[in-house]
Amino acid sequence: MKTENQKAWFFVLPVLLLVAFNALVPIMTVVNYSVQETFGNNVFFWQGLDWFEQILRSDRFQAALGRQFLFTFLILIIEIPLGIIIALSMPKKGMWVPVCLVLMALPMLIPWNVVGAMWNIFTLPKIGLLGYFMNDVLGIAYDMTQNPFAAWVTIIVMDVWHWTSLVVLLSYAGLVSIPDAYYQAAKIDGASPWKVFRYIQLPKMKTVLTIAILLRFMDSFNIYTEPFVLTGGGPGNSTTLLSIDLVKIALGQFDLGPAAAMSLIYFAITLLVSWLFYTLMTKDDAQ
Amino acid sequence: MAKITLSNLRHSYLPNPSGPEDYALKEIDLDWQDGGAYALLGPSGCGKSTLLNIISGLLTPSEGRILFDDRDVTDLPPDQRNIAQVFQFPVIYDTMTVRDNLAFPLRNRGVHEGRIAERVAEIAQMLEVEEMLDIRASHLSPDNKQKISMGRGLVRDDVNVVMFDEPLTVIDPHLKWKLRSKLKELHQRVRATMIYVTHDQTEALTFADQVVVMQDGEIVQIGTPVELFERPQHTFVGHFIGSPGMNVLPAEESDGAVRFQGRQVALEGAVTGQGGTTQIGVRPEFVSLADAGLPARVHKVSDVGRHAVVEAMVGDTAVKAIVEGELPEQGAEIHLAFRPDHTRLYRDGWLSTEART
Repeated sequence: MKTENQKAWFFVLPVLLLVAFNALVPIMTVVNYSVQETFGNNVFFWQGLDWFEQILRSDRFQAALGRQFLFTFLILIIEIPLGIIIALSMPKKGMWVPVCLVLMALPMLIPWNVVGAMWNIFTLPKIGLLGYFMNDVLGIAYDMTQNPFAAWVTIIVMDVWHWTSLVVLLSYAGLVSIPDAYYQAAKIDGASPWKVFRYIQLPKMKTVLTIAILLRFMDSFNIYTEPFVLTGGGPGNSTTLLSIDLVKIALGQFDLGPAAAMSLIYFAITLLVSWLFYTLMTKDDAQ
Repeated sequence: MAKITLSNLRHSYLPNPSGPEDYALKEIDLDWQDGGAYALLGPSGCGKSTLLNIISGLLTPSEGRILFDDRDVTDLPPDQRNIAQVFQFPVIYDTMTVRDNLAFPLRNRGVHEGRIAERVAEIAQMLEVEEMLDIRASHLSPDNKQKISMGRGLVRDDVNVVMFDEPLTVIDPHLKWKLRSKLKELHQRVRATMIYVTHDQTEALTFADQVVVMQDGEIVQIGTPVELFERPQHTFVGHFIGSPGMNVLPAEESDGAVRFQGRQVALEGAVTGQGGTTQIGVRPEFVSLADAGLPARVHKVSDVGRHAVVEAMVGDTAVKAIVEGELPEQGAEIHLAFRPDHTRLYRDGWLSTEART
């Protein structure tokens, strides 16, 4: 017979309080703002779902959302395959393993705003190493402060530089857990390198890749610091991603109501996509 | 199918081996007859897996040649040797169905689909996995996974040898027996040469017609299970095979007589060679309680079911005897008798008496 012990609740209680104060209470505050209008002095007027409607219908939001999806899509399509390729080419044993692992971990240890600042200085025309090299040595016009395309290339290359390591390390962890016998059996079965990848390495990496994609999706979809420091959302609005736009509305214009509604929509999209992706990826295992 | 010849095979995992202790395989000269069922038996680390990987081509030996039917295959990669290997842990392609798993080695070799379907059906029927053909291989139980990895080896009809590297390690005890008899049955049906690596004597003795016993990178004896039991060529074989293993007792040799604890012991035949460390080897099965003989004191009696193992001290040396019927008390003074035709002298570990004619 199963014994029920209600004491367990007391052990969960501290965590519950913690979660309440760092998540539930702030979110409820946002929900509160999202359905009201205020002109200061702590006077609020009931607005209903007007802000949500306004945000969803606004061209500005739709454009930012589009840029956000484009950014996330581009970095995923580059970082995931690139991460797998790097992980595959890393040594499996020997003295170079720790060297490779440390080198890979380095970019991730750098604080986000430092990454933004680094790349800003690195890519500025005339004074930045890359900016100078591109413009004055190679003669290719490259100015991420003026040209939207250059700005996009720069924020994407920066994100790839900063975060591909995460995919590499996760994939590598999946790869080294494959017993030698699998490779030996594949050799005996006459499998080509592509088939070894397709039928042994990829399936064994599936779990960690799911986590890698999920983490990279959430992080890149919510990205703020690096592009803000690098381009400040410009030139024009060309690199104004959702979070940058959100901060502009909330702190720049101090439109608390619309900003709160936008936050909730933003949060719902992140949650929905993550949930859909995770459910689809783990569907097979559940059967 | 082929006869496999190993000639002057030596292998070291070190780049520049200096002495014999650097070699995982010391000197192997061996013929595996076509269609034989062999077991490679030895404790962990004796070099049996190394030997297996050399035959399959996963390892290239430091010295020596491997011939399949007189064709030198030493430098060929595994996929060109037409061998099959079943590993300790079942290797299956998780994302494929059982059917695709079985077809995989054939597809890689460009066999046409009709022939593949035919072979897969044949093997599935042989392994009794027909009803599982369309499920994902990752959903199978470990014993069925092991069957599928075996099937991937057998599906090629040109396979020279099927090798098993301790294939029952992860299988539940009650299924081990089933799978083992399945293996034996398969061998009788396909008549391919099979080499079964294990450290479990029961598995080796039940599977194989010929057992190759290895120790420290050397082959100590090749023989049928009966030969290994009846006349071990080395104290290691005597001790390793049998439950309990052979009694190996210190012996003094003087004036052509062999003494144990000061008493002369009758042996199966004339003593050969001289010098070295001498030991007497006699299996517990051939030690009996007698009215006269070696005086001993019973130290321990363990009843193992069909019979009991009596451990008695002769001086400071323990001697085990298998006794049926009435058992002595612990501490009782008894006499032991060795059956002369099964009592032998070993010199530096190796058999040193002539066989009785």
